[in-house]
Amino acid sequence: MEPLDVELDEGELELPTDPMLLNMGPAHPAMHGTVRIVVELSGETITKADVQIGYLHRGFEKMCERGTWTHCFPYVDRLNYASPLLNNVGFALAVEKMLGVTVPERCQHYRVALGELARICDHLVCLGAMAMELGAFTPFLYMTKARELIWDIFEEETGARVTHSFGRVGGMADPPTDNFKDMVRTAMPVALALIGDCEKLLLENRIFLDRLENVGVISQKDAIALGWTGPVLRSTGVAYDVRKAHPYMSYDQYEFDVPVGSQGDNYDRFMVRLEELRQSVRIIDQALDQMADTGPVDIDDPRIVLPPKNEVYNTIEGTIQHFKIIMEGIKVPAGECYSYTEGGNGELGFYLVSDGSGTPYRVRIRPPCFATTQGLSQLIVGNMIPDVVPTFGSMNMIGGECDH
Amino acid sequence: MSKKVLSRLNKQFGDAVVETHSQFGDDTAVVDPARWKEIALFLRDDRKLAFDHFIDITAVDWLGRREPRYEVVLHLRSMSRLHRIRLKARIDEPSIDSLVEVWRGADWFERECFDMFGIDFVGHPDLRRILMYEQFEGHPLRKDYPAQQTQPLVPYREGANNDKLPPFGEDMGMPFGRQTHDHDAAGRNLLGFEKES
Repeated sequence: MEPLDVELDEGELELPTDPMLLNMGPAHPAMHGTVRIVVELSGETITKADVQIGYLHRGFEKMCERGTWTHCFPYVDRLNYASPLLNNVGFALAVEKMLGVTVPERCQHYRVALGELARICDHLVCLGAMAMELGAFTPFLYMTKARELIWDIFEEETGARVTHSFGRVGGMADPPTDNFKDMVRTAMPVALALIGDCEKLLLENRIFLDRLENVGVISQKDAIALGWTGPVLRSTGVAYDVRKAHPYMSYDQYEFDVPVGSQGDNYDRFMVRLEELRQSVRIIDQALDQMADTGPVDIDDPRIVLPPKNEVYNTIEGTIQHFKIIMEGIKVPAGECYSYTEGGNGELGFYLVSDGSGTPYRVRIRPPCFATTQGLSQLIVGNMIPDVVPTFGSMNMIGGECDH
Repeated sequence: MSKKVLSRLNKQFGDAVVETHSQFGDDTAVVDPARWKEIALFLRDDRKLAFDHFIDITAVDWLGRREPRYEVVLHLRSMSRLHRIRLKARIDEPSIDSLVEVWRGADWFERECFDMFGIDFVGHPDLRRILMYEQFEGHPLRKDYPAQQTQPLVPYREGANNDKLPPFGEDMGMPFGRQTHDHDAAGRNLLGFEKES
């Protein structure tokens, strides 16, 4: 037997430590969204990360080049499926910008109210899923319950719960129902109470806070350079909100605050979204107060808006007008435009190119998630495997939007 | 305010700015592709312009309609000055300087543009497909890529139920309501039905 006191290099005693590659996703139980993260590990610390997307690519932009402008609405619904109405309105505004029309006041307030309801849904999904992935199941259920209240309103208004396809160029598919205001005013306090409950459950929980605070930190400068927008950018302290910086529709008529964080960590991203829920409720209140009970919702232009069904079935002019819009599509002037709105996750831009016909020549969507997700690898490198879960959750990557 | 951006750009680069317009309120400058990166750096670093916020980069394929064929479109925004600009470069050969060194955010957007249009961003650190899979052939958003073409990674199963075409195949269902911009270089429609003139 060899003597034990042989001088050995310490390195030889260690086990071999080659970096280990680990696949997280595309279907990982602790992460929502289809994304694959290939991480290189040293022990449990991530030394390198490659985020791979595209699992939900459906050729949205190619499909849009094949129908009329109105045919695009169901597709944009399915981009950010957590807040389809925001996409609908965003796309409608882009086409309206090219047509040079503005919808009536009543429709603007209606769009804002629906859009903010959708934003609440979006944030609820993000916050709820984030809490659930960290083991807090109850807040997820509470938040789903709050979202259910809003979905009931959507069902009443649009006829669909998830993908509404409710936006139209020059208005909405239907005017607000008679009891829209009552429904929203009844549901909002209940939803706020549920959100308050979740806040109490989560924000005094040491385990939850430990996994958020100082995890996934990004600096203001990096966030801007990466093209981040929306709540994730605001969590770093940049008060950039399209609704405030470049007001569209009637957003300049409402009073609301833009919550910002200070550190850009998971906690800030969580808190910014939580506060935005309350601000959205404020906006909805004001929009409902200012929205007239009667009056036109669609613009008055027979080249853009479909005639009432009564006319379609009873007059030749109505029939022809209907036929022209459905079959040939709305004739959008040739040219290009970039229109941007504040989506659930940040600046949702549409770059449209028209050749003057009823079919879009090119529809380009600028998804906020895409820019955000490319920063993910930077956030998780240097952290541990369990930190990936809250960090990914706080980014709210929406597959449909990110992957086009 | 943003008009100043265009005039400043014109003053600085003169001939390299091919064309400017402000259609629908969006200020646009078409620039010489050879000086693409130089102009981008100027836009970022000039104190009066300060375009620090990268928004979007994409392309448009004008096959058979315009020469040169591709148009690379860049959108920028300034955090401090709140103005925006659209910068375009027209190229025939799908190759242009990468802007990743100028704005880090351009990384994935350029990869996507490469994936969808096959535009080679010279100097990009990691130019590979991002949305499509590695084995995918062609670039789907080019106008000569037929929309109904499928490239299954796993072959379809043999048997009766393998006519898995997209719902807009030969039987359009509603042929006269739809038209398409897909066509080959000769202007022949790839779906085989008439294009509206």
